[in-house]
Amino acid sequence: MKRAGFSTKWMPIMLLMPQLVIIAIFFYWPAWHAIQSSFYLQDPFGFGSTFVGLENYTDLLGNSEYRRVALFTLVFTVLVTFFSLAIALLLAVKADNVLRGARTYRTLLMWVYAVAPPVAGFIGLIMFDQSWGPLTRLAGFFGWDFVLGVNFNDTAAAMVLVSVWKQIPVNFIFFLSGLQSIPRSVREAALIDNGSATGRFWDVTFPLLAPTGFFLLIINITYALFDTFGIVDTLVKGEPGNNPMTLVYKVYVDGFRGNDLGGSSAQSVILMVLVLALTVFQFRLIDRRIHYT
Amino acid sequence: MAQVTLNSVRKVYPNGVEAVTSSSFKIEDGEFVVLVGPSGCGKSTLLRMIAGLEDITEGTLEIGDRVVNNVDPADRDIAMVFQNYALYPHMTVRKNIAYGLKNRKTPADEIERKVAEAAKMLNLEEYLERKPSQLSGGQRQRVAMGRAIVRDPALFLFDEPLSNLDAKLRNQMRIEIKALQRRLGVTSIYVTHDQVEAMTMADRIIVLNGGRIEQIGTPSEIYHNPASVFVASFMGAPPMNLIDATITGGQVTLADGVAMGALQTSAQGAVKLGIRPEDVQLVSEGGVSINVELIEELGAHRLLHGKLGGQPFTIHVLKDIPVDPGAHQISVDPAAICLFDAASGMRL
Ligand SMILES: Nc1ncnc2c1ncn2[C@@H]1O[C@H](COP(=O)(O)OP(=O)(O)O)[C@@H](O)[C@H]1O
Ligand SMILES: [Mg+2]
Repeated sequence: MKRAGFSTKWMPIMLLMPQLVIIAIFFYWPAWHAIQSSFYLQDPFGFGSTFVGLENYTDLLGNSEYRRVALFTLVFTVLVTFFSLAIALLLAVKADNVLRGARTYRTLLMWVYAVAPPVAGFIGLIMFDQSWGPLTRLAGFFGWDFVLGVNFNDTAAAMVLVSVWKQIPVNFIFFLSGLQSIPRSVREAALIDNGSATGRFWDVTFPLLAPTGFFLLIINITYALFDTFGIVDTLVKGEPGNNPMTLVYKVYVDGFRGNDLGGSSAQSVILMVLVLALTVFQFRLIDRRIHYT
Repeated sequence: MAQVTLNSVRKVYPNGVEAVTSSSFKIEDGEFVVLVGPSGCGKSTLLRMIAGLEDITEGTLEIGDRVVNNVDPADRDIAMVFQNYALYPHMTVRKNIAYGLKNRKTPADEIERKVAEAAKMLNLEEYLERKPSQLSGGQRQRVAMGRAIVRDPALFLFDEPLSNLDAKLRNQMRIEIKALQRRLGVTSIYVTHDQVEAMTMADRIIVLNGGRIEQIGTPSEIYHNPASVFVASFMGAPPMNLIDATITGGQVTLADGVAMGALQTSAQGAVKLGIRPEDVQLVSEGGVSINVELIEELGAHRLLHGKLGGQPFTIHVLKDIPVDPGAHQISVDPAAICLFDAASGMRL
């Protein structure tokens, strides 16, 4: 087979250059710096640094505060991933039943996706405002004295809620298009074979959505771990001390507020390893992904 | 086993398309009925209403002695074979076949036995653990059949089940399906746009055109006594010759003034003559002359194409009658001529 090619080997390199430069400046260089500084102890006033080997890492593992944040991040990620996938799937199934292919509805639901995380966080702040936030009032109506930013659990709940809300549209769109790509006749065959709608969902629809589901699972874990930074920042602004935060937010708090550059670098290296692991996992899944015909 | 009765069943889609006009017919227990017609004439719509996959706008549908208008597809005691097979891609052949039984609370050992039986009948035994994507088109078709027969339903529904197969396999499966239906004796409704399938498989044919039933009859009735110009031209390959003519006092005159002879009929004025190509004889003298322009050699017989009264005309001759292109004389048995109203196209 004849392949289209470039006449000189410089041409492709030139074409790749802008992308490579951006990756190098914004990813490889800082990543390299983080790895480097994770082995040093930074003088709090920025006057110098001492090589401490793996001490930053061992400190982290022994640190109960770090373990507490890690545990919260785990719980947070599980909750956000589970609820944003489950609710989106439910909405997608309902929407698919009512209007196969109606565009306007999809676009409307997609709007939330366009909201930037800090803005989503800010909307959360308004919804949970102490004196007039509608959700605070709603909670109050049920006898729940909701105090955002003061009570750990309340703040955590708001964080999960806003993060889930922000992620549902993406999942919804993917699930809906996944549902609509299931051939009509396969659904109809199931309609004849199985009288129960729930049975049909679990036996036919859900397995056929599995490839979409796996893909979204990874996307959602990554989202909960990293992309919720803006939401966390807005919701706990000023008071990180007693409030729940995620590992990514702690990197920022320790590094830029606490000036512990070494420790925060070690934390970010750990997160990098986590991303790497997730990526490998995802590629494996895509490799093995079942292709239905 | 059951009979199927449609009383003035009509379908209007939400977008206003009237896909099936008010139709009534009865299908007897154990009968193999073929719904045939050109693409878009409402065959699938009619079948899907019987299956319960599409709402019935008006009229009543009975399967057995039960009105099933508002019964779910799963509770109508039917099985359906789809054009693109509609197998569950994530299930093995075994699970595909067993799925309908499993949901009907059939005991596991009975499912096992029925699947094995169906697999044997359909030559699928080696493929039971495969996924549909690992099967050929013909094998998938068989799995779809298997899924239908294990259910032991009162009614089989087929929606163009063979149209995705190549010609050779199609002929083979046609015979297999027919034989299987004979053996099981299950009432069947089979949709196709292929008149050969309709003629060869059906006990009775229902010809649809534009959402309307044109004719219901046995293949032989449909072929020899078409109720309309549409049926005459749709059924049969090559189709019936349809020639414009005028009748005055029993004398038939073609459009170009050639006299065809006399017919025993009370019809007057403009008509269409319907003549099957095989009802035409070549004669040495005393016939109507026709110029044969083209000869189609088909082995067992030949088709001679020419013009009669300025309109295309086909003659079917057996292989041992030698013919050359050029002028010939033909005669037609008057009893074999069908007369249609020139304006409405209906049989006179
Ligand atoms: N879901 C639908 N909505 C609106 N019109 C439809 C729908 N399905 C079929 N039709 C129309 O109804 C007519 C009959 O369709 P169909 O029953 O599929 O024909 P066939 O199976 O004979 O080819 C066609 O004109 C088709 O466009
Ligand atoms: Mg059709």
